Amino acid sequence: MASSQDRSQGRTGGIVSGGTAEAATYTGNRALQIEEPLIFEMGQPGRCGVDLPEPPRVKDRLNGLRRTGDIGLPGLSEPQVVQHYTRLSQKNYAIDMGVYPLGSCTMKHNPRINEKVARLPGIGDLHPLQPVSTVQGALELIDRLAHWLKTLTGMPAVAMSPAAGAHGEMCGMMAIAAALKARGERAQRKTVLAPESAHGTNPATAAAIGFTVKPIPANDRGRVDLTALKAALGPDVAAIMLTNPNTCGLFESEIVEIAQAVHAAGAYFYCDGANFNAIAGRVRPGDLGVDCMHINLHKTFSTPHGGGGPGAGPVVLSAALAPYAPYPWIVKDGATWRVAEDESKVEGTPLGRLKAFHGQMGMFTRALAYIMSHGADGLKQASEDAVLSANYVMAALKDTMSPAFDGPCMHEALFDDSFLKDTGVSTLDFAKAMIDEGYHPMTMYFPLVVHGAMLIEPTESVAKEDLDQFIGALRSLAARAKTGTAAEAFKAAPLYAPRRRLDETLAARKPILRWKPSNNPPETDPVKQAAE
Amino acid sequence: MADVRYSEEHEWIRVEGDTGTIGITQYAQEQLGDVVFVEVPAAGRKVAKGEAVAVVESVKAASDIYAPVSGEVIEANAALADTPGDVNTEPMGKGWFFKVKMSDKGDLAGLMDEAAYAAFVKSLG
Repeated sequence: MASSQDRSQGRTGGIVSGGTAEAATYTGNRALQIEEPLIFEMGQPGRCGVDLPEPPRVKDRLNGLRRTGDIGLPGLSEPQVVQHYTRLSQKNYAIDMGVYPLGSCTMKHNPRINEKVARLPGIGDLHPLQPVSTVQGALELIDRLAHWLKTLTGMPAVAMSPAAGAHGEMCGMMAIAAALKARGERAQRKTVLAPESAHGTNPATAAAIGFTVKPIPANDRGRVDLTALKAALGPDVAAIMLTNPNTCGLFESEIVEIAQAVHAAGAYFYCDGANFNAIAGRVRPGDLGVDCMHINLHKTFSTPHGGGGPGAGPVVLSAALAPYAPYPWIVKDGATWRVAEDESKVEGTPLGRLKAFHGQMGMFTRALAYIMSHGADGLKQASEDAVLSANYVMAALKDTMSPAFDGPCMHEALFDDSFLKDTGVSTLDFAKAMIDEGYHPMTMYFPLVVHGAMLIEPTESVAKEDLDQFIGALRSLAARAKTGTAAEAFKAAPLYAPRRRLDETLAARKPILRWKPSNNPPETDPVKQAAE
Repeated sequence: MADVRYSEEHEWIRVEGDTGTIGITQYAQEQLGDVVFVEVPAAGRKVAKGEAVAVVESVKAASDIYAPVSGEVIEANAALADTPGDVNTEPMGKGWFFKVKMSDKGDLAGLMDEAAYAAFVKSLG
């Protein structure tokens, strides 16, 4: 994006208050809303955080490959760097700041006890190459978490090492492919069924493993169309990938029948566990006939969201798929824990390694801390509260906004854009207006099967009075949109964010991914610019 | 005059002899919003009716484009790589996706004419 242009736009006002533009400030800042340049646009050549003595002259051995040009790093003092990144961080919106209703993402609170435990020296300072005799407790921790995951899902085995949800999907689908190969049916069973509302990673994973994906339509209740599913099942089908509760925030009430039909056709049932946070402690996927399911530790057990990682996506496996679990396996011989890392040390035909070392130890620790601090009753209550919160939102908004489906929901309230029909306000405009109210927008335009979708996941973390204020804000926005005269105001939103409406189309069509002096010409004097 | 047919997946096909030019409809581009990326099949590729052969990505969503007829791709609209916005401004003109030499003109029988497609879109609300 042309950041210099955006900044000048910010400087020349555009803050509308009572219909009149406020005078621009000398600095371009708006109180604590600081106009922050890119770090490459700051500083002076040669300035440095530390003074180093001139290095002694040495003869280089670079054989003529010595750098001759400038590498273009900005010259900044330490306080400048600290202030720059602190100011940037303050522009961020985070779960530690307020309601973050991004549906499908489960932006729930990360209890601080998780962090405290993960930083204990005996856990935080371990090295994965330490002698096994010195990390017995860590191996026991992994095994204890594995035990909880198996118990909560009612499944006999778990692969702990996958690094994230999609990686877990890959692990599960590889196990299915291996099981089919062992049956001599890999070549014949090429099709993976996935509902139209599936997370995009499901078809992507199936395709990456070499399957062909066939979409299954939903019925008018937002669930899998069982008749269409049964018609699609045949000797060519390897598996179904299904999320439950599904991406519409609805429980697949015919899931047992689905599992039976899938198994009767000789196929496997991959359950996407992304929404396990809605049922953990209440429903055991193993009882529903699931063959494998990944668990997003960050969504169900409050480890931090990735933001580039590290994540963890352990995969629970049925007895049929357990022999294919990838290395490493944590095994107990008498009183001693060990890490089984090759085929001769375990029964079965493991897939091999999917990830270095043992998996993501820091996430395992946080997840186990969450599980043990909640206990079985607390985990059940967390799921119930998440569902209760979503239904509270749904009940409070259903007369004003338009629910995509009738009846109660699970952990997410899904609305379509029919309440905005003929108002000139789109889902995008509505979401942008939420920013002015101080909220991160809900997930929009997903799932794709719902027109102008708005997916709200309040999670169990939000206090009732905060939910009430959130609901009040949405009711007020919906009422304003419905006056039929507010389209222009909505199109102008957000008014109060550090940046106004960004040009998402231009950003997608002509992305500028790296700062170069050429695409950001030096700015004109900011003082002059402010005066203009 | 060329015969234009429409699919329920909101693709149009303009038929001239045994060549069909394929794109997405005005309704489809409105629903997608600003198109930011289009992937078209390479010339020479054999496509089967109903097969996902192209991808269109907008600020809202990524969608598959299905071949409304079987045949061989003879030309793809390379310009869309630089100007995907053509799909929004001229969905039935400059925004065409690819051309197919049809292997069976009988495939056209299941497609709608303009009036039937207009009624179909209306029925979607």
